[in-house]
Amino acid sequence: MSDSDLSAILLTLRLAGTVTVLLLLLAMPLAWWLARTRSRARGAVAAVVALPLVLPPSVLGFYLLVFLGPNGPGGRLTESLGLGTLPFTFPGLVVASVLYSLPFAVQPLQNAFEAIGERPLEVAATLRAGPWDTFFSVVLPLSRPGLFSAAVLGFAHTVGEFGVVLMMGGNIPDRTRVVSVLIYDHVDALEYTQAHWLSGGMLAFSFLVLFLLYGFKRNPVGRP
Amino acid sequence: MTLFATPRTPSQAPPGLLAAVALVACLATPARADEVQVAVASNFTGAMQKIAADFEKDSGHKVLLSFGATGKFYAQIRNGAPFEVFVSADDETPARLEKEGSAVAGSRFTYAIGRLVLWSARPGYVDDRGEVLKHGNFAHLALANPRTAPYGAAAQEVLKKLGLLEALTPRIVQGENIAQTHQFVASGNAELGFVALAQVYKDGKATAGSAWVVPAGLHEPLRQDAVLLEKGRGKAGALALMNYLQGARARAVIKSYGYE
Repeated sequence: MSDSDLSAILLTLRLAGTVTVLLLLLAMPLAWWLARTRSRARGAVAAVVALPLVLPPSVLGFYLLVFLGPNGPGGRLTESLGLGTLPFTFPGLVVASVLYSLPFAVQPLQNAFEAIGERPLEVAATLRAGPWDTFFSVVLPLSRPGLFSAAVLGFAHTVGEFGVVLMMGGNIPDRTRVVSVLIYDHVDALEYTQAHWLSGGMLAFSFLVLFLLYGFKRNPVGRP
Repeated sequence: MTLFATPRTPSQAPPGLLAAVALVACLATPARADEVQVAVASNFTGAMQKIAADFEKDSGHKVLLSFGATGKFYAQIRNGAPFEVFVSADDETPARLEKEGSAVAGSRFTYAIGRLVLWSARPGYVDDRGEVLKHGNFAHLALANPRTAPYGAAAQEVLKKLGLLEALTPRIVQGENIAQTHQFVASGNAELGFVALAQVYKDGKATAGSAWVVPAGLHEPLRQDAVLLEKGRGKAGALALMNYLQGARARAVIKSYGYE
């Protein structure tokens, strides 16, 4: 394995790790709101969150490139904040990946929150627990499997991302050249041996992640 | 097909009639017309679209164009892609396909010699000697991936010859092919970049922004070859297109896009 392969693997893990932490921080309040709200905006917000499931990555990549570029509103904003523009940078990939993987984190959490129901929250309230106390000592422990699924799926989906990164990454070593893009590169350059090593690694990794995820889930029928 | 065509038709004819006309038109096309599947290097996109349109009109054959990176086409052709003609961005890939038996021996010819250009979407940003490379405080310089795209390799060679490669490497962003590289610059995400002259040049002048046409002596000539693939062997349409590409009308189009 060459240095560039290793650097791409480390970069991919760093990206997926950063994105997973941010995803959970963002997805928890969002999923909670979606699970509990009676607001009319619920449908629209749920649809926006789920968009990346349906949209081709090329659409997301193209819009992000235009929106976050120096002529786009997002780009003007980041430039006026002194951050420069985000395409071709690691933070840019983080932003794109968070958007792209959001439904994979929100939906398991939302399901978990919905499954808790009213009863435990009412009990907590009669015991005079405040909303934060309730959230941390009742809701989170009860939704641990959902939290686990959200983290694993968010991480794995970011590792598996390709189209968005290709469109706004610029293929820069150590900054935006992730494993999926490097494999594409190897294939284009006819370096099939290296492409095989990395592709095989991705296959094994993805299987392990999903095996871990489904192996931890208990039999849903009849047993809570 | 007829379903989509119906709303665009300016006349007020009922859709049923239009469908019938379209059906008759399809049936009336001469039986000898072939559908030629062509793989085209990204830098030649504009010229090839024009040539293909002329060719379709002149010959009655139909052309299906796919655009992309030369290296990717190589992999696809080696793995059974249905292309009959390959219009490459270099001369090595067609030669290799020929040697490996995926292309018809002796069918190869150079259809164009490409020129590299340093281009910015901003007017006045690139001077006509390329000095901006030395003094400009740009954040991103775009070029096509040098490992896979001939224009990228040429761009890297130019930077090396100018003694700027090392200094500029941290600012380089790579497009997957020359089309994406052009898009990085056109959208302003990269202030400037090395693209194919054909992408920013039409009928003798740059179409937008500012440009420095890199002197041909600064890199190996970008010889671009076309080859008849095994899938096109003996097919009238594919052979006609190969001939057409070498004809006077196609030559004129190729020249008008800034190729030699």
